[in-house]
Amino acid sequence: MKYIDEFRDGELARVLAAAIAREARPGASYNLMEFCGGHTHAISRYGIKDLLPANVRMIHGPGCPVCVLPIGRIDNAIELASRPNVILATYADTMRVPASKGLSLMKAKARGADVRMVYSSADALKLARDNPSREVVFFAIGFETTTPPTAVAVREAAAQGLSNFSVFCNHVLTPAAIANILESREVRELGTVPLDGFVGPAHVSTVIGSQPYEYFAEEYQRPVVIAGFEPLDVMQAILMLVRQLNDGRAEVENEFTRAVTREGNVKAKALVAEVFELRRTFEWRGLGEVPYSALRIKEKYRAFDAEARYAIEYRSVPDNKACECGAILRGVKKPTDCKVFGTVCTPENPIGSCMVSSEGACAAHYTYGRFKDVPVVAGNAAP
Amino acid sequence: MSRVRSGYVRPIDFKHGRVDMTHGSGGRAMAQLIEELFLSEFDNEWLRAGNDSARIAMPAGRLVVATDSHVVSPLFFPGGDIGSLAVHGTINDVAMSGAAPLYLAATFVLEEGFPLADLKRIVASMAAASHAAGVPVVTGDTKVVEQGKGDGVFITTTGIGVVPEGIDIAGDRARPGDAILVSGTLGDHGVAIMSLRENLSFETTIESDSAALHGLVAAMVGAVPAIHCLRDPTRGGLATTLNELARQSGCGMVIRERDLPVKREVAAACEFLGLDPLYVANEGKLVAVAPAADAQRLLAAMRDHPLGRYAAIVGEAIEDPMHFVQMETSFGGRRNVDWLTGEQLPRIC
Repeated sequence: MKYIDEFRDGELARVLAAAIAREARPGASYNLMEFCGGHTHAISRYGIKDLLPANVRMIHGPGCPVCVLPIGRIDNAIELASRPNVILATYADTMRVPASKGLSLMKAKARGADVRMVYSSADALKLARDNPSREVVFFAIGFETTTPPTAVAVREAAAQGLSNFSVFCNHVLTPAAIANILESREVRELGTVPLDGFVGPAHVSTVIGSQPYEYFAEEYQRPVVIAGFEPLDVMQAILMLVRQLNDGRAEVENEFTRAVTREGNVKAKALVAEVFELRRTFEWRGLGEVPYSALRIKEKYRAFDAEARYAIEYRSVPDNKACECGAILRGVKKPTDCKVFGTVCTPENPIGSCMVSSEGACAAHYTYGRFKDVPVVAGNAAP
Repeated sequence: MSRVRSGYVRPIDFKHGRVDMTHGSGGRAMAQLIEELFLSEFDNEWLRAGNDSARIAMPAGRLVVATDSHVVSPLFFPGGDIGSLAVHGTINDVAMSGAAPLYLAATFVLEEGFPLADLKRIVASMAAASHAAGVPVVTGDTKVVEQGKGDGVFITTTGIGVVPEGIDIAGDRARPGDAILVSGTLGDHGVAIMSLRENLSFETTIESDSAALHGLVAAMVGAVPAIHCLRDPTRGGLATTLNELARQSGCGMVIRERDLPVKREVAAACEFLGLDPLYVANEGKLVAVAPAADAQRLLAAMRDHPLGRYAAIVGEAIEDPMHFVQMETSFGGRRNVDWLTGEQLPRIC
């Protein structure tokens, strides 16, 4: 497949792996956080860890939109979907996220809630047009990548006077989450999470550009290399981070120049600014309340804001006590550090959100990497 | 039609008519539907006998029976429809034991209001598939449910066959060292279905691979009677089938990504839809596990058959107390190939 295979080439991967192994200094350690779930997925799916020397360690970050959604927000969505006249349109990933009372959107659907899986906000709009006697609520989640399409849907609904359409907005912001991690006690005071550099977001950066990360590089002295989601992108970014750390540099570098500019997508940013504004605070799973870390719909488009229309009240619900998703999302723990990983918590019966989405650290490790936890198996088929 | 007219019955309007509750009531309308549609299309001595069951002569040997329900949406898709799929699916389930499929039974659950023209098209396609495969539909049943309680038509088929002497093919017989083969390109059926789905239709020339595999199986068994396992990777795709075989056999498996046959168009569509071809359904492919010493001979026999032209050896069974399926990625790493979690593509067959 043209423009895809080039970025998954095994020969080039070996060349990059050799360069990383050559340049990573034996005495030093390189603890790199890939912020995005997309990178976590690529690292696990292509077996990138197998190609890295032992002192280059990848730490999974919180950049999985489904994983950071707190239980209370899923509860809200289930309440909405259970209203007799409402159709809740949602991305597939959110369907299985565990909520209160042993429910999930999938289970609520089996009990009669009208939940429809959509691939885009445009599908949700179409659903509203096709069902004029019903009220369609779009369960909008995601980082800056999915925010512009939601903005388009709100604007189109307004332009078309589509009064049976509204958006339950849960869009969150990447820079706020990175700042939260860098400010955390584990990183700043305790030093329990060594964090030497970031593999920066791919798709998010196509929208917001590379400029917002300059602050982190400057203020926290951590290098950031923005990378695409293909495995060679990740390998190249790791090499660039190793080089920066060797040189004592802390800069924002862009490996993903084929899609990311310093300014990002100016049109998309303007669209988002027209429809959304900052929330003072928003609860993230794992990170807790993070100030100015999420968006809500502006007063001008209030008619399309499900929170206003249905007077949604947010109630914070603590995670299952045994679940380590919070610590895993902050990079403090690994999936295998969690007692319920692979025992009580499996992809079929997830306890925590990290086991749900394919971008979640636990699901990625369970699905792609768990043979490594069994020494006899891991050694068996070594190439 | 003279038979019908002589009975003072007006022929069914297959152009504009629709299924109604009387077609399942057991009365004259039902008898007429059976006679003018099912009997006329499937036409064979057992159905003509007009009994509630078919009396068939079976050759001596071990009988194999398999049953399969078909609820695919949409009903018509590039490369087939629910009718041909219902024939191929069950024939394949019987054939995966190494058996020659002999007879089929079919049950139709029809939804009130379903166009008779569509039903006729489906039954005709089913009859054509059954004739082409040489496996007659010898008995059947029809039920009608109220509008909104079905989705047009659901078809359940049951097949029986006989396993030749000396063949012992079962899911628990894979042994460490065995070779794993697939009969052709992966994911064609699932992608063809997805391309028509209401909310994500995209232009493609990909057709479903729906096909009856008993001819291919006969050729394979003829060349290598010692085949250990055969299975058709339908729902859940190759990944799920290999996990089933590994668990049943109590071994592990390693496959090589670079050896997996996947059409370029299918790979592109999967990339675009965020699917993994390893998990996408096939309806005309099989997985074979055979002793390594026989692998090349088996591969040659498969490639000699039109339905096995793109067959490939893709991996081997290994010792593994955890029964994992692993893959050497083209990229140079290694990973688990897990069971399908949740539902990748609903109502694919």
